[in-house]
Amino acid sequence: MSNKSFSSWYKSGSPWVWLNAGAVSVSLVMVVGLLLLIAVRGLGHFWPADIMSITYHDPDKKPMTLIAEAVETEVVTAARLQKVGVHLPEGQKTGERHLLKVGNRDYFGLDFLWINQLWVGETSYPKDLIAIERREWGNFYGYLTAVKQQGKVIATGDKVWNQLQVRLKRSNSLVAKIKEIEKNEIGKINHGLEELRLQKRQDELDGVAEGSLAYQQIEEERKQWNVQYQGLQKQLADLYAELNRDQIMVKISDGREVELPLAKVVDVYRPNAMNVGQKLAFYFEAVWKFVSGEPREANTEGGIFPAIFGTVMMVMIMAILVTPFGVIAAVYLREYATQGPMIRLIRIAVNNLAGVPSIVYGVFGLGFFVYFLGGNIDEIFFQAKLPSPTFGAPGMLWASLTLALLTVPVVIVATEEGLSRIPRAIREGSLALGATKAETLWRTVLPMTAPAMMTGLILAVARAAGEVAPLMMVGVVKLAPTLAVDNIAPYLHLDRQFMHLGFHIYDVGFQSPNVEAARPLVYATAFLLVMIIIILNMSAISIRNRLRETSKASEN
Amino acid sequence: MVEHSLQKSVLPAPNSPVAIRRRAWREFKDRLARYGVTIGGMSVIFAIVLIFFYLLYVVMPLFSGADIETKAQYDTKISNSTHLTLNEYNDVALTLDMQGKVEFFDANNGQALLDVKLPLPKQTKITSFSKGAATTGVFAYGFENGKALVFRQDYKISYPTGTTRKITPAILYPLGKNTLTLDAKGKPLRLLSVQSNAEQTTLIGLTPDNRIVLKSVIREENFMDEDASTTTEKTATIKLDQKESITHLQMDIDQRELYLADSAGFISYFDISKVDAPRLIQKIKGVPAGVNITTLEFLTGGISILVGRSDGQIDQWFPVRDTSNNYTLHNVRSFNDQQSAIIAISPEYARKGFLALDEAGQLAIYHTTAHRTLLVEPLGTEKNAVMAISPRANGVISMNADGQTKLTHIDNEHPEISWHSLWEKVWYESRDKPEYIWQSSSASNDFEPKFSLSPLTFGTIKAAFYAMLVAVPLAIMGAIFTAYFMSPTMRTFVKPTIEIMEALPTVILGFLAGLWLAPIIEGNLPGVFSILILLPVMTVLTAWSWTKLPRRFRESIPDGWEAAILVPIVILVGIVSMMASPALELWLFDGNMPQWLNDIGIDFDQRNSLVVGLVMGFAVIPTIFSITEDAIFSVPKHLTVGSLALGATPWQTLIRVVLLTASPGIFSAVMIGLGRAVGETMIVLMATGNTPIMDFNIFEGFRALSANIAVEMPEAEVASSHYRVLFLAALVLFMATFVFNTVAEIVRQRLRTKYSSL
Repeated sequence: MSNKSFSSWYKSGSPWVWLNAGAVSVSLVMVVGLLLLIAVRGLGHFWPADIMSITYHDPDKKPMTLIAEAVETEVVTAARLQKVGVHLPEGQKTGERHLLKVGNRDYFGLDFLWINQLWVGETSYPKDLIAIERREWGNFYGYLTAVKQQGKVIATGDKVWNQLQVRLKRSNSLVAKIKEIEKNEIGKINHGLEELRLQKRQDELDGVAEGSLAYQQIEEERKQWNVQYQGLQKQLADLYAELNRDQIMVKISDGREVELPLAKVVDVYRPNAMNVGQKLAFYFEAVWKFVSGEPREANTEGGIFPAIFGTVMMVMIMAILVTPFGVIAAVYLREYATQGPMIRLIRIAVNNLAGVPSIVYGVFGLGFFVYFLGGNIDEIFFQAKLPSPTFGAPGMLWASLTLALLTVPVVIVATEEGLSRIPRAIREGSLALGATKAETLWRTVLPMTAPAMMTGLILAVARAAGEVAPLMMVGVVKLAPTLAVDNIAPYLHLDRQFMHLGFHIYDVGFQSPNVEAARPLVYATAFLLVMIIIILNMSAISIRNRLRETSKASEN
Repeated sequence: MVEHSLQKSVLPAPNSPVAIRRRAWREFKDRLARYGVTIGGMSVIFAIVLIFFYLLYVVMPLFSGADIETKAQYDTKISNSTHLTLNEYNDVALTLDMQGKVEFFDANNGQALLDVKLPLPKQTKITSFSKGAATTGVFAYGFENGKALVFRQDYKISYPTGTTRKITPAILYPLGKNTLTLDAKGKPLRLLSVQSNAEQTTLIGLTPDNRIVLKSVIREENFMDEDASTTTEKTATIKLDQKESITHLQMDIDQRELYLADSAGFISYFDISKVDAPRLIQKIKGVPAGVNITTLEFLTGGISILVGRSDGQIDQWFPVRDTSNNYTLHNVRSFNDQQSAIIAISPEYARKGFLALDEAGQLAIYHTTAHRTLLVEPLGTEKNAVMAISPRANGVISMNADGQTKLTHIDNEHPEISWHSLWEKVWYESRDKPEYIWQSSSASNDFEPKFSLSPLTFGTIKAAFYAMLVAVPLAIMGAIFTAYFMSPTMRTFVKPTIEIMEALPTVILGFLAGLWLAPIIEGNLPGVFSILILLPVMTVLTAWSWTKLPRRFRESIPDGWEAAILVPIVILVGIVSMMASPALELWLFDGNMPQWLNDIGIDFDQRNSLVVGLVMGFAVIPTIFSITEDAIFSVPKHLTVGSLALGATPWQTLIRVVLLTASPGIFSAVMIGLGRAVGETMIVLMATGNTPIMDFNIFEGFRALSANIAVEMPEAEVASSHYRVLFLAALVLFMATFVFNTVAEIVRQRLRTKYSSL
């Protein structure tokens, strides 16, 4: 073969085979590359990157020092650079440029900056550079110079770092305490007041005479709540005064010395001074904070716990709804319905519904569940609350129902497949022993089909977890102030809107004002979502494989 | 013996009461399960089918016509009314006549509510009357001495006893109670037109000596003190040198345009945006010979005029800007569903629809944008009737010369939708030609909604086309290799890897497309094209050089691993192309390819169809791959073995035997992939600019049906036309994918029976 000419080699069809192989390679490279991209970008974000100090001589500006994290590097042609107002010296066709995260948005305006390699002077990594994670305005970089208490300098020089650690711990615990009061206790009072308002409105609707005992009681209770509220308010004022005690002084890259209130600081670290072990510890702590924390700054910082919670909760409710209905429909189609052209038609329709665009389900959910069903429920049960809707607005329940409808074909198809795999002998054996059809189903067939149902359910869950388009209409929001489960009766609030990982990606990636800063977070969220879905799918596949083996075994 | 053993058994005897009871109970349970499952199963299937019917149910009202229903009919003492108005709750009406009698009355029974004593000058005859745009409620009387009085209707709404509404009508005087001198020469005002808003009031009159007199009173608020204001007046006169008498005089709501119609059927169009320097732009014959102009009214918004003719036809005209920036009047569309002379036209307040009443007493309801006649029905009024439509367009009051009055309810929810307005080119106001436009909402009130689904459907097709362009070759070729040539060991790894991508949330793909891939493609456009060209070339080159490698080396890798050999080549091509991109750009495209494309006339957007095609193609690959692979893999082995045994090469066997047998399966795979591409939302939403343009340029974006629904649905008002049109878009998507999938499914089932018979 090796001595053949090109034309005879071409005639043998080998190049075509290789081209087909090429298509597989391209697909594989794309799939694996995509997963790697998400993994590297998503996981890399939490690593405490070194901070550099660069002297930079832009000919149009005065020489300056930059303190920044490196983000990316690219090679650009001179023509493109010229378009953004950068003029390379004559004769140079391409230039290398770097994207830096300079932080300090409140002082510099922009926290990202493109610089050209050409004008970069000296680069160093001073050990005492600090990075500050703040509650607002993004990261802050600089040199720590002093710690202050009530405006008086407490520590300078070598002592600052330790002083800062102690005081930071204190301020963070104060913040946690304030949050606890604001969220739980004041939330409870607000809820109580709202209940009273509704009770009053209900009394009015029922025609209870004005000024009667019922109203007086409501008034009485309202006063009690108000007293409690005032108490908490005072407590909060004290805590805030405590919190605002400390400040730190930081020298930033342009030489200014800036005062930062410690209350606004989440964390301070010196990446250049950390060894690998410390960095690893920091890394895992950051991952944990991301997974368990609440979002800040229009979702572009902080954690994604509410989104994880919302996704899991919605998927769980959907699973509870979809399993019985899907299984019953499959049992009906396979076991009870008279097989004929009608059932064949229905089966094709059910199969096809799995391919109907999810957005169509969203439209249906919004029109039918939210406006029609929800609107009527409000009319009947929540009249006092009108015109503000309870179930007549997008919420957790409707989102779950919509997704249940979206995924029910998946469960039906999988369960039917499982049912069709049960050998006839088992059914007939059971019937011959005198069992009724229901008993046969319940005691022998369904237990054997359980893995197939499980497969269907897992596939349904995987699909539901990744679906975003329909949810945008029936209940997902950018920022849900409260979770669907809390400490106020009835503890489970299915009428509430919720956050969702997939929507979080869309929202932060495309609707946030500072996309550049939010991007790593989106990668991290995407990685989490991909992991969840791949694990779910893998387990569905492995269950299916095991199922095939056992069904083969039982046939023998 | 038998009895003995039965007595010993733990089971009750077969016919003992206990056994009978248990049997009955079991039978009951069995029946319960049967009915339970049947009902449950049917209801689940019903719920699924409900989706289709619910969408249809929401969409249907769009295509139903209008309905009218008489609410009240009564006689009043009013006679010879010149003009009527109706308030927004259809309960208070206003009548004005040429004697200066202005009276509010209850629209439901004719009871007088308020008889207004206008401050009319004594012993001066009223010679003309004019109404401003209906939304402003401004009127004016012109007198024989060349003066005019401007006044305005006003309704105050209060709730004195909780929830009961009380409406207090009143007449206000925007320019004070004194008359305004319009014609300095003091000639009678034969025709009059008035418009007034907070800043400016303009009066235009026609005198018997064929002069048109204009006057504007402009109010300017003082910067320092909001209460203090200064008024300036501007006047002008147009001398008309024509014999035909002017029959209609109309000024638009913005006081910028003036239209005259004369008895010979000519329409004159004046620009009066500078009041003191009016300018004739065009004089055009508006009707054929033998036909007269009987009514001239503005459509709401003051851009189009509606010309009612003596033969019952109604024409819509508006100024159109030509290439040299000159405006000329165009007859944009005509309605000819009425046969006798049009005597009254009432435009709706908020929509581009209007009512027309003809001499024979026929009432017709039209909508201009949709070019739709919604209703033609006798209203049952005699000649000389006047009518008024309510601001919410759900009621009309009509009155004849004797004061017989009729209040009619109109049910006309969605006049703006028709086959024409959804799918065909429509000539919208202020546009220079008929176009396909989607623009569902705007800040202004008298906006003409543009509900053309064509650009959106085009966007969906464009997206699907480019996605399929990427996905079909890659997926089918990949499937062929995986099913037919690949070694089983590698296949067990490759197949699930590609298939798992089907479950990858599209929101992630959309995010990567918009924020990662789009900037990379923009920055390295030459590199991207060099990948497209180099990949097949390098693959064939690698294959050829592989045959030249020493046999020992070649044999260390068995057949069926070609794909693995090519993986490093693919990666290499990708990296080299990207690194060479700036060099290529400098060499071929002046260092900036998007700019270069712009210079040769191809628009370039960062989020374009190329990005969508690549990413959505990627999303569709697993679907097509998986089904095609199954179809090829399950081609019966004896067919291929037979072909090979007869001396065909593997490639010949594949082309002539395997693909032919599996082609229905491949077809169904492509159909299902297409269904997925058509309905995909998040990728098109995030990776395109979502501008509804109709251009097949691969470097521009588009707006797809699905993305449009996702963007606009949450904001659409429930049960509005916009809401229902979005449902219609969903229904279109539903039907399209359902058809694709059904065809695919039927083909696949046929194939299955064919395989089993082979």
